Amino acid sequence: MESHIEITPEININEAYQKLIHPKSGGICTFIGTVRDLNNSKDVSHLFFEAYEKMAILKMEELAEEAGKKWPLNKIVMVHAIGEKQITDPVVFIGVSSAHRDASFRASRYLIDRLKEVVPIWKKETYQDHSSWINAHP
Amino acid sequence: MKIHAFGAAKDITGAALIDFPVEETFVKVKDLKSLLYQKYPDLIKLPSLAISVNLFYASEETLVNKHDEVALIPPVSGG
Repeated sequence: MESHIEITPEININEAYQKLIHPKSGGICTFIGTVRDLNNSKDVSHLFFEAYEKMAILKMEELAEEAGKKWPLNKIVMVHAIGEKQITDPVVFIGVSSAHRDASFRASRYLIDRLKEVVPIWKKETYQDHSSWINAHP
Repeated sequence: MKIHAFGAAKDITGAALIDFPVEETFVKVKDLKSLLYQKYPDLIKLPSLAISVNLFYASEETLVNKHDEVALIPPVSGG
């Protein structure tokens, strides 16, 4: 199983997808998290992402390794954006490729759920009049 | 001891990297947190505050020395 882990100011969706292509894969499952305009009924103007990069990469590598032990996977790609992000921008890309779809679906769900729980990345929401760090991972 | 701070914790400490005086050579994470809470009382208001040591989440009993890479990890919110 090969994995590609990255933290970058700009996610290139096509490049991330290309890294999932594998001759033994019959299915590729991708999840893309994007910035939405409303949170807790407040209008969001934009988001800012900060990462503890060295640790975030290490944690994502650990998660990829865990997923590779749980399911028969060929490739894993995990990319997270940092910096200022506008509404509709992609902020996280999770991709898994495997021989059959079940492993890809399960592993991609596992990876995004665990990323939100343990990977040291923080989101600050800016509204019309103020901004605040989000201290939760719903 | 140099301590990295992120997100809401960085706003409270006022800097991404703080130089925090610790007298003993080794200090337990729980004692380091008590010292930090004394200097920065607003850290107590965070829903949680994890400490990482050399890029791994540490337990309350983990021993830290001044050469370790230590960071304050408020609740994460990536994705």
